[in-house]
Amino acid sequence: MLAQLDATPVETPEIVWAGLLPLLILSAGALLLVMLRSVVKRLPADVEPHLITAIGPITVLGMWFAAGLAGTDVPLAGLRDDMGEPAFYIGLALVMVLAGTLVRTMEIGLDAAITVGLGLSAFAATWGIWDDRWQVTGPFNAIGDQFAVDGFALLFAGVLAASVVLVALLLDGYLRRESLDGPEMYVLMLLSAAGGIVMTGANDLIVIFLGIETLSIAVYVMAAMHNRRTESQEAGLKYFVLGAFASAFLLYGIAFTYGATGSTNLVDIQIFLSSGQLVDNGLLMAAFGLLLVGFGFKIAAAPFHAWTPDVYQGAPTPVVAFMASAVKAAGFAALLRVFMLGFFSHVDDWRPAIGALAVLTLIVGSVMAIVQSDVKRMLAYSSISHAGFILVGVHAASLAGINSVAFYAVAYTFLVIGSFGVLTVVSGVGDRATSLDDLNGMAKRRPVLAFMFTVFLLAQAGVPLTAGFVAKFEVINAAVDSEFYWLAIVAMLTAVVSAFLYLRIVLSMYLGTADGDAADLGDPIPKAAGLAIGIAFAVTVGFGILPGPLSDLASDALPALIGAG
Amino acid sequence: MSEEIVFIISAVIVLVGALGVVLSRNPVHSALFLIQTLMGVALLFLIEDAHFLAAVQVVVYAGAIVILFLFVIMLLGVDKAEELGIDPIGGQRELALVVGASIAALTIVTVGWSVDGATGSAPASAENALDNGLTDIERIGRVLFTDYAFGFEITAALLTIAVIGAVVLTRSIRREDVLADLEPASLELPSLAPAGANDEDTPHDGDSGNSGAEVSSEGNRES
Repeated sequence: MLAQLDATPVETPEIVWAGLLPLLILSAGALLLVMLRSVVKRLPADVEPHLITAIGPITVLGMWFAAGLAGTDVPLAGLRDDMGEPAFYIGLALVMVLAGTLVRTMEIGLDAAITVGLGLSAFAATWGIWDDRWQVTGPFNAIGDQFAVDGFALLFAGVLAASVVLVALLLDGYLRRESLDGPEMYVLMLLSAAGGIVMTGANDLIVIFLGIETLSIAVYVMAAMHNRRTESQEAGLKYFVLGAFASAFLLYGIAFTYGATGSTNLVDIQIFLSSGQLVDNGLLMAAFGLLLVGFGFKIAAAPFHAWTPDVYQGAPTPVVAFMASAVKAAGFAALLRVFMLGFFSHVDDWRPAIGALAVLTLIVGSVMAIVQSDVKRMLAYSSISHAGFILVGVHAASLAGINSVAFYAVAYTFLVIGSFGVLTVVSGVGDRATSLDDLNGMAKRRPVLAFMFTVFLLAQAGVPLTAGFVAKFEVINAAVDSEFYWLAIVAMLTAVVSAFLYLRIVLSMYLGTADGDAADLGDPIPKAAGLAIGIAFAVTVGFGILPGPLSDLASDALPALIGAG
Repeated sequence: MSEEIVFIISAVIVLVGALGVVLSRNPVHSALFLIQTLMGVALLFLIEDAHFLAAVQVVVYAGAIVILFLFVIMLLGVDKAEELGIDPIGGQRELALVVGASIAALTIVTVGWSVDGATGSAPASAENALDNGLTDIERIGRVLFTDYAFGFEITAALLTIAVIGAVVLTRSIRREDVLADLEPASLELPSLAPAGANDEDTPHDGDSGNSGAEVSSEGNRES
C-alpha cells in the first residue's frame, strides 16, 4: 500500500498565507472568542473594564501587524520599513493611547470590543494585501486554484469586514437592552463574514457553495436569536426553510454545470465554454437558470424575494443590518464572479434572464414598499429594489457594469447599516416600535438622529450629494453604455416611485405628532451605536460629495481568473 | 449486460422507494421507504465502482440520518396523524401540481432533448484513468486534501456554526419572559414580566429550577 502511494506522489496545493489573512483573522478570531468565553464565563468586575480598555491599543497593534503581514513576499517587510524611524513609535504610541480612550468612552462590552478589533484587523489585512501585494504583483491564487485574491474580492472583503465592525457596534447596545448578552451573536457574525469572504474570491463552484452555506446558516441562527420574541423565531425558521430550498436549487445548478462542462472550477469552465464546443446546450441553460434561482434568493431578487419582508421584520434589527449589507454584498460578489468570469462567453444566453430579474425586482421592490405601514418592512422592500439596481449593473455585463456594482455595494452597505442602525436605537425593547406611526414626531425627540435618518433615506432615494446618488448614477450609466435604454428607463422610473416611500418616512418624522404613549421616549442612545451610525453617515455624505476615491477604488477592483500553476 | 440488469433492478428499488416516501400515510413508513431509496442509490454507486461512496451512503444516510428522522418522528408522536384534507390556501394543491408538472416537463425537454452530448473536456490522462492502481478511497483522499483542501477546511467553520447554533437555539427560556406577539395590537407596550414575578407557582430560581424551565418552554411551544 505504502509503496503504491510513493509511486504516484501527491501534489500539494500551493498556499499563499498572506492572501488568506482576512479570512483567517475572522474565522480563527471567532473560534478563539467562543473558546475563551466558554472557559471564562464571567470576568471579575475589577478586571473587565481594564481588559476592555486594553483591547483598543491591542487592536491598533493588530491592525498594524496584519497590514504588515499581508504585504510583500519578504515576511514582515512592511513592518520592518516602519520600525526604523523613531517618529513612528511616537505616532504608534499616540494612536494606541487614543484607541484606549475611545474604547473607554464608548462603554462597549468585552465581546463587542473583541469583534470590532477582529473586524478592524481583517480590514487592515485587506488593505495591506491591496496596497502592498495586489497592486504590486497583480491578482494571485491564495490556495491551489480554489481561492483567488483579486481587486474585486479584496474590495468586497473590505466591505464585509467594515460591516462586521459597524454591526458589532450596533449589537453591543442592542443585546444589552434585550438582555441577550453573550458572545454567540458575535461569533456567528464573524464566521458568517468569513463565509462571505470565501464567496468573494472562490474559484470553484463547490467552494462558493460552502461559502454560501457558512454565510447563511450563521445568519439563520442570528435571525432566530431573540428567543423571547416569537417573530424572531418565526423569521429564523422561514429564512432557514426557504434558504435550504434555495441551496438545493444552487446545488442542482452546480451539478448541471458540471454535467455540461465537466468541471466545477471556474477557470476550467471558462476555458471549456470559450472553446465554443457547447452551443445551445439544454443542460447548461438549465444550470444558468438554477444557479440564478439560488443566487437570486440570497440577494433577495424578485420573484425569490418572498422571505425578505417577513424575515427583515422579525429578525433583530442589527442582524437585519448585517443581512442587508454583508449577505447581499457577498451574494452579488459570487453572482458576478460566476456569471461574468465563468460564463462570460455565453453572456447572450444568461443576460435576458438577469434583465427580467432586474425589471421584476425593481418593480416589486418599489411598488410593494409603498403600501407597507411598518418601517422595517418598507426598508425590506427598498432593499429588494436596491438589489434590482445592482442587477441592472450586472446585466450591463461590461467593465463599467462591474465597477458600478462594486460602487453600489460599498455605498449601499453603509447606507443600510445606518438606516437599520437608527431603527435599532429608536425601536425600543423587543423591536416593538417599528411602525410608521411610532416614528411620528421623532424629529422633536431626537433631532440629530432624525436628521441622519433623513439623510440615509434620501441617499437610498438617490438624492444628489449622497453616495446613493452616485451609485444609482453609475449603474444607470453602465446600462446606457451597453445600450440597454429600456432597463435604464425602468430603473429611473422605479427610483422615482420609491422616492415616495422614503419621503413618507421623513414626513412622519418631521410633521407627524406623537400620541401620548410613544414607545420611544428619547432616552440617550448607546454611544457605540451612535458611533456606528455616525461612521455610516460620514461615509454616505463623504462619498456623496467626493465620490472620486471610492470610484477609483471600484474601477480598480476587477475580478480575475487565474489558472493553476 | 449484467451491469444493465443490476442498474434496472436498483433503479426500480430507488423509484419505488421514492414514491413510497411521498405516498405512504404513516411517517414511519415514509422513513423506511427512504432507507430503501438510499440503499438503491448505494447499489448504483457500486455499479460505478465507487465502493467507498456506497459504504458511506449506507453508513451515513441509511444508518445515521434516517435514524435521526425516525427519532424526530417518534418524539413528535407517531400516532398524530397529519390531516391532509385541509388546504390552508385555496387552490394551492392544484397550483402545485401544475407548477410541478411544468417544471418537470421543462427539465425533461431541456436536458433530454436539447443536450448535444458534449459534457466537458476532461483530459484522458493516466491520472484520470479508473485503473491507475489507486483505490477509490485513496483517490478521494487525494482529491480532498489537494484540489478541495480549501473546501474541506471550510466545512470546519460550517460545523462550528452548526454546534453554536444548536446550543443557542435550544436554550430554554421562561414562559413569562416571552414577549407577547406583535400582531395584531402593535402599539401595545412590551409586556415584559418583572423577573421572579411568578416565582410562587413555578420555582425557577437556582439550579433546581432547570427542569421546570424546560417544562414551561415545552408547554409554550405547544401553545
